[in-house]
Amino acid sequence: MSDDVATFDYALPSLGADMDVGRIVEWRVAVGDAVSRGDVMAVVETEKSDIDIEIWHDGVVEEFLVDLEEEIPVGTPIVRLTGRGPAEHEPAVPPASPPEPTSPTGASPSPPPAASLVETPARPASAPTARVRSSPRARHLAGERGIDLAGVVGTGPDGAVIAADLDTVAGEAPAPPDRMRSVIAARMERSNREIPHYHLALDVDLTRLDRWLAERNEAAPIAERILPAAAFVRAVALAAATHPELNGHWIEDRLVPATEVNVAMAVSLRRGGLMTPKVEHADRRSVAEIMAELRQHVTAARTGSLKASWMTGATITVTNLGDHGADLVHGVISPPEVALVGIGRPTERPWAVDGSVVVRRIVTVTLAADHRATDGASGSRFLRAMADLLEHPEEL
Amino acid sequence: MTEELDALVRRALTEVAPELAPELDDLDPNVDLWRELELDSMDHLSVMTRLSEATGRDIPERDYPKLRSLHAICEYLA
Repeated sequence: MSDDVATFDYALPSLGADMDVGRIVEWRVAVGDAVSRGDVMAVVETEKSDIDIEIWHDGVVEEFLVDLEEEIPVGTPIVRLTGRGPAEHEPAVPPASPPEPTSPTGASPSPPPAASLVETPARPASAPTARVRSSPRARHLAGERGIDLAGVVGTGPDGAVIAADLDTVAGEAPAPPDRMRSVIAARMERSNREIPHYHLALDVDLTRLDRWLAERNEAAPIAERILPAAAFVRAVALAAATHPELNGHWIEDRLVPATEVNVAMAVSLRRGGLMTPKVEHADRRSVAEIMAELRQHVTAARTGSLKASWMTGATITVTNLGDHGADLVHGVISPPEVALVGIGRPTERPWAVDGSVVVRRIVTVTLAADHRATDGASGSRFLRAMADLLEHPEEL
Repeated sequence: MTEELDALVRRALTEVAPELAPELDDLDPNVDLWRELELDSMDHLSVMTRLSEATGRDIPERDYPKLRSLHAICEYLA
């Protein structure tokens, strides 16, 4: 590797295949700062949340190339740096993203990385000029209602202005168009239009997993306790690693198996919609490490502080309905991925064991898979492998 | 004392789920708040972690089933 010091520009990354433009709302570095790979450079505002974008190589910040709040196309250089340049460390994005048939060709020089389940398009021009700590929802509503956030008393974390705070100043408010809903609609429409889904289901006995987790958690401080969700992600990751035909992307009429296992986990947002941050290399991480990351992701998704690197590069997605959910889910795949695993609500059910009926806690695990890429036999083997791991948790 | 605990639990809930602040004001202290507020297991763990840190008490998993309502949580912590 050369030691040549060069000037290079860092461009606004795409945070989803449908994202054409973005808006920097905060710089997290200053001119003259030395930055290293992984440092958060700036906060980009999208319709759904603020996302921290990270630098992928070392350097020194020379100059900001765009103004705060300015709407800029994806691929626009935003920061000039000096350093050894970007060649050595490119972000771990998935293989080339497929062309987006429904949208005009973007002007970005390289294809944007594939998005997680739901993309994050830029907001319409409605951002207030003053930067006040606030939730994305509050900013969106404030823009629509013409409210200056600087004049609103915030009751959220650290005094952040949240949507409810606006009601104290707003009079009659028009119903806001739900942009996130339309993004999800476009995404799911594409999935159902392009992907011939097949669906499989398998009931899994959670007795041993419950016991295994209870024993670990009994001895662990509360902050280190592990939820079943982490074990599910780990089981999906291990099964995906041994079934590469379900871990990858459908690109230009063929399956491109991924070289990594990055499991995206759908996180529903209380104000509606969902985000799908990924657990990178989940097949090489312990259940405890996955749990720590899931905690971080859920908090970030719900407070609007997701990092861009979490939002791209997923190779398979999991949706976990949780304790208040339905018994099973027939999922819709997030293109260009080729499989989505659904975890239903665990329930106590009559269960036959050695010729007797006993009561066991059972969960129905489902697979939605792309029939262009695989057939039911492959999908069944995948689900069976996952079930075996969950029923023998010591192998997780 | 109970009022302090009530405020503590409400604060933990608000920190974990800021959007629910308005609903918390009207919350019946005797209902299953996790179901009522649609809080998932991750929210539950976050709230329990905050309560444990604030009170210095361990809250073992086996006690979770007892901790369903605002009232029950306050009694437990008292």
